[in-house]
Amino acid sequence: MHLIKGARILGGAPADILLRDGVVAEVGAGLTAAGATVVDADGLIALPGLVDLHTHLREPGREDAETVESGTRAAAAGGYTAVHAMANTEPVADTAGVVEQVWRLGREAGHCDVHPVGAVTRGLEGERLAELGAMADSAARVRVFSDDGHCVSDAVLMRRALEYVKAFDGVVAQHAQEPRLTEHAQMNEGEVSGRLGLAGWPAVAEEAIISRDCLLAAHVGSRLHVCHVSTAGSVEIIRWAKSKGWQVTAEVTPHHLLLTDELAETYDPVYKVNPPLRTKADIDALREALADGTIDCVATDHAPHPAEAKETEWAPAAMGMIGLETALSVVQEAMVETGLLDWAGVADRLAVRPARIGRLSGQGRPIEVGAPANLTLYDPSVRTAVDPRGFVSKSRNTPFAGLELPGRVQATFLRGRPTVLEGKPI
Amino acid sequence: MSAASVPAHGPSPDSDVSHKTVLEAPDIRRALTRIAHEILERTKGGRDIVLLGIPTRGVTLAARLAGRIAEVEGEPVPRGSLDVTMYRDDLRMRPARALGRTELPPEGVDDRVVVLVDDVLFSGRTVRAALDALNDLGRPRAVQLATLVDRGHRELPIRADYVGKNLPTSAREKVKVLLAETDGRDAVVLEVPK
Amino acid sequence: MKRHLISAADLTRDDALLILDTAEELSRIADRPIKKLPTLRGRTVVNLFFEDSTRTRISFEAAAKRLSADVINFSAKGSSVSKGESLKDTALTLEAMGADGVVIRHNASGAPHRLAGWVRGSVVNAGDGTHEHPTQALLDAYTMRRRLGDLDGRRVTIVGDILHSRVARSNVLLLNTLGAEVTLVAPPTLFPVSVDTWPCEVAYDFDAVLPKSDVVMMLRVQQERMTAAYFPTVREYSRRYGLDARRLAALQDHAIVMHPGPMNRGVEIAAEVADSPRSTIVEQVANGVTVRMAVLYLLLGGSEPAIGGDVTPAGAVSPNGDAKRGGDASRREDA
Repeated sequence: MHLIKGARILGGAPADILLRDGVVAEVGAGLTAAGATVVDADGLIALPGLVDLHTHLREPGREDAETVESGTRAAAAGGYTAVHAMANTEPVADTAGVVEQVWRLGREAGHCDVHPVGAVTRGLEGERLAELGAMADSAARVRVFSDDGHCVSDAVLMRRALEYVKAFDGVVAQHAQEPRLTEHAQMNEGEVSGRLGLAGWPAVAEEAIISRDCLLAAHVGSRLHVCHVSTAGSVEIIRWAKSKGWQVTAEVTPHHLLLTDELAETYDPVYKVNPPLRTKADIDALREALADGTIDCVATDHAPHPAEAKETEWAPAAMGMIGLETALSVVQEAMVETGLLDWAGVADRLAVRPARIGRLSGQGRPIEVGAPANLTLYDPSVRTAVDPRGFVSKSRNTPFAGLELPGRVQATFLRGRPTVLEGKPI
Repeated sequence: MSAASVPAHGPSPDSDVSHKTVLEAPDIRRALTRIAHEILERTKGGRDIVLLGIPTRGVTLAARLAGRIAEVEGEPVPRGSLDVTMYRDDLRMRPARALGRTELPPEGVDDRVVVLVDDVLFSGRTVRAALDALNDLGRPRAVQLATLVDRGHRELPIRADYVGKNLPTSAREKVKVLLAETDGRDAVVLEVPK
Repeated sequence: MKRHLISAADLTRDDALLILDTAEELSRIADRPIKKLPTLRGRTVVNLFFEDSTRTRISFEAAAKRLSADVINFSAKGSSVSKGESLKDTALTLEAMGADGVVIRHNASGAPHRLAGWVRGSVVNAGDGTHEHPTQALLDAYTMRRRLGDLDGRRVTIVGDILHSRVARSNVLLLNTLGAEVTLVAPPTLFPVSVDTWPCEVAYDFDAVLPKSDVVMMLRVQQERMTAAYFPTVREYSRRYGLDARRLAALQDHAIVMHPGPMNRGVEIAAEVADSPRSTIVEQVANGVTVRMAVLYLLLGGSEPAIGGDVTPAGAVSPNGDAKRGGDASRREDA
């Protein structure tokens, strides 16, 4: 039993929150509870526990980069109470057996809920559908399916996947990348790529797939989720699809809200990611879209890599950045400090909507009596340089190292049990 | 060019340095005339000589000497320039610097009497570098050295064959040779730190 | 201060002129009985070649040896690199050997930049991927200057696969620094999409630019472009963008023809053009040694480099102007 004193729920007036038996038992002023551990939350903001739709936990297969244990601890440290574990593991999460293994590892670790994402196609090879129904029916109850890392580029296969998952209210999360237009692509195609002599990843390769998939989703009446939207053009297409009433949702990563392709000038592959960092104009469009709801949520695309995968030349380096432990700070910097979102908006984009897209009933609920006690306490007033040495994740490939960012997660509660207290994972 | 005379673009305006002109234009003119005559005497009428100036002011002085010798003998004297930058032993004590010109007369230096010409003789290190540089260009019959000012403080067993003026100095002082061609006027100035 | 020659953009106008003037003086050494200078005695230059390029390696090797440097040739084939050793581990090996200068050729753009962050010595880029080849640009500028004099206001036309050409990138930057006016000519497929931001003109019609060019530089068409739909056929490319006798005749009398080599005779350049007196192709090779001597001397000869730039450390770039970097950039090493 924990009694949180003086937290500002969604940034509102200070209130006390009593967590008992895994739920929010009371909310009000001057609460007392015999036997409760008191958590001083003076000046802290209470948000629903964050939900990530896009996390690479790397287990099974690449436990040198991250494990379910280390990745979910990092998630908790970042304020998360649920993550969706992407399917591109070794072996690929394309069977009930693998998704149940990941789900079970998450339960055992206990730092946050782990919801495995099932592969759309067997082995992520884009040729035959994986057993989507078996994964949905498994103990892991998979609802989000994605070949993330690869695009389901075959239009027929994409159509069938969109249709098939309707049977269990699933959603296909597309990694939108036209493969032929992005062969050997290294970074955003534009002024910087031309100067640096790095092969370009044109915006149109993302936008063409998103356009096609929106039309397909409309045609078959299915839910489509667009992973890591990175361009201003993609935003326009999604806005248009939503205006038609189509069931299209989208996510943006923290790094696409803050960093531009000019960072590639260092040739340091810590800035190499897929989709690539884009331009200032793209960042502006993405922020605006997140603010107006065109983009539904922020998803980290937390992609851990061992040091040797990044301490190389740019071209052979692995793509991806870690993000769980810095996401909320980056969102504060990019969206709150700029006046684009208030804390209620942050809760909506980082907890409520992702939970809804993933069909998680126990997550992303308002902090009110009776709701599962999943919440995080956040101090928005501090400002520090990001120091990866203090990270919980096994990997250190953060593009934010040394960057001064606001805010710090002070505590996270998963169904009433603290996973982080006083800024330290339990 | 002597290490002690760079950069010799006129007396420095530093107020903590006093300037003393030790040779005026007529003194320099007389010194060069005397050196020209000494060279002719020592080389039996300047037979087979090649004057090689060490950039920057050594080249100017070599040109003036060649002019005087030609006046006396009525024949042009082969002359050129010998840059020693790449042969210096203090290269690594300063950033790499621009190279001077090395230009030999068509006669070359093989079996000639090469007279090296520099403005100031100080430690002798520039002359050592010049001897090394010359070694890579050919095999002179003899090498001699002419300098406008010998200020002492030798660090190597090197002496000049022809000296315009022996100038006793302290190591703290600087000797600057100014020549009309590069500096607008002729003078030798002693810079004494106060 | 640590300085390198990785991009032609590392060179100020004064730097570039100092290199060209130094090369001019050094060129006289080529005519001497003893072609060696003692300048880099005791300095170690490592030639680190991850990509086959006998010509460039030999050119750098000759340059370093003429300056009396100890030269270590390290080529990827048959070395630990082919057994999977990383560039970083190779860099640490070079550090242990005490390399004062590292000349690197690599098929990955940016590899010299990375190397510069891992070694103490000066790094000279001898061609990295499709990025840059600054000493090629310097020897090209040197060759042009010898034939045409001052480059200020000269019109240089570079023709061919601009998109993948490190020679074109370095030449555009350096020639712009030196005041020349560069026009790039290629089919639109072989330009980077952002070429309009480069300090040069862009044209699709070769014939229209020929008469006003002082220099025409032809770039090699790589075999792999011929099969990737950049242009329909080699024959069509050759007809539209090749330099043949008819086009040669359209040039001004003083204009020269350059090619960084190796040439595809009959594709981008006709044999009779390559062998004409207008062609500087053989001179370019000879000038390469001289220019590289100048670069090595100016980088390694003194107490510190007299030319070049430092690499951008990762922490020094602001993400987009909204956030400022905090802390020490060296922190990045822990990431």
